[in-house]
Amino acid sequence: MVSKGINWYKYAAPANFYPLAGKMVPWFAIASALIFIVGLYVSFFVAPTDYQQHDAYRIIFIHVPAAWMGMFLYVMLALYAGVGWAFNARLASMMATAIAPTGAIFTFISLVTGSLWGRPAWGVWWVWDARLTSTLILMFLYIGFISLQSSIEDPRRADRAGAVLALVGVINVPIIYFSVQWWNSLHQGATITAKSFKMAPSMLAAMLILLAACWIYSIAVVLVRVRCIIREREREAPWLAEAVTG
Amino acid sequence: MHWSSWSEFFSMGGYALYVWGSYGVTFVLLGAEVLMLVNRKRKVSRRTLPE
Repeated sequence: MVSKGINWYKYAAPANFYPLAGKMVPWFAIASALIFIVGLYVSFFVAPTDYQQHDAYRIIFIHVPAAWMGMFLYVMLALYAGVGWAFNARLASMMATAIAPTGAIFTFISLVTGSLWGRPAWGVWWVWDARLTSTLILMFLYIGFISLQSSIEDPRRADRAGAVLALVGVINVPIIYFSVQWWNSLHQGATITAKSFKMAPSMLAAMLILLAACWIYSIAVVLVRVRCIIREREREAPWLAEAVTG
Repeated sequence: MHWSSWSEFFSMGGYALYVWGSYGVTFVLLGAEVLMLVNRKRKVSRRTLPE
């Protein structure tokens, strides 16, 4: 009997992944825009004014999703880079390269919005507390990864060098995550735990909707970028000429 | 809805700089990312198409 499932392995080849990614992009792009609109509506018109922080707290609805995406995308980047290195899989390495700029931007957004929230809420633009410092390190790791890869001519060598940096740096992500438990300093503790959440339902909803929007946005953007990378790197390949004209 | 007027909405209880600054930075950066990507796509299409 021949099993009739989807042969997922075929999508490891750039030639097969390229058109699949192309079909996915418009769906994710439109979904992201719509979910952003819904999320922003809930953030500004449904979530009530906070008792202590009044309306400054609304920054949380974009700060937390951005921070989350920065961390999550780094882990994805490290995973893809590791797979690309271990299995000599070009496309996995290209995904890591494609993820980096988006992760870097979200990390930067989390630092800036955090700072803009810190000033009215706690009176400071910056402190060297564990979470802020390790997030800043995450920012440097992204910049390092991008710079390292662009400084190496040969693409496969660039992939491998980047993979080493990405994997060494991945320890930073659990440090960011657990820092608020391990060290008690300025940045507030976990609001959302496995057992309960200490915020109004509409506030949680706003945050989760914007998180979904950022996530779907990231998928759309990374897919477009990896298609560009495929076209740049696979320039000589015969399948490419047919894929872009035919 | 808890805003009694548009001016109240824009002032965000006095925190306008911080709130609109945050959302502004976010969407400017995400918009820039999309624009740069569109540019990159255009550049790479031009390079691989003409024979």
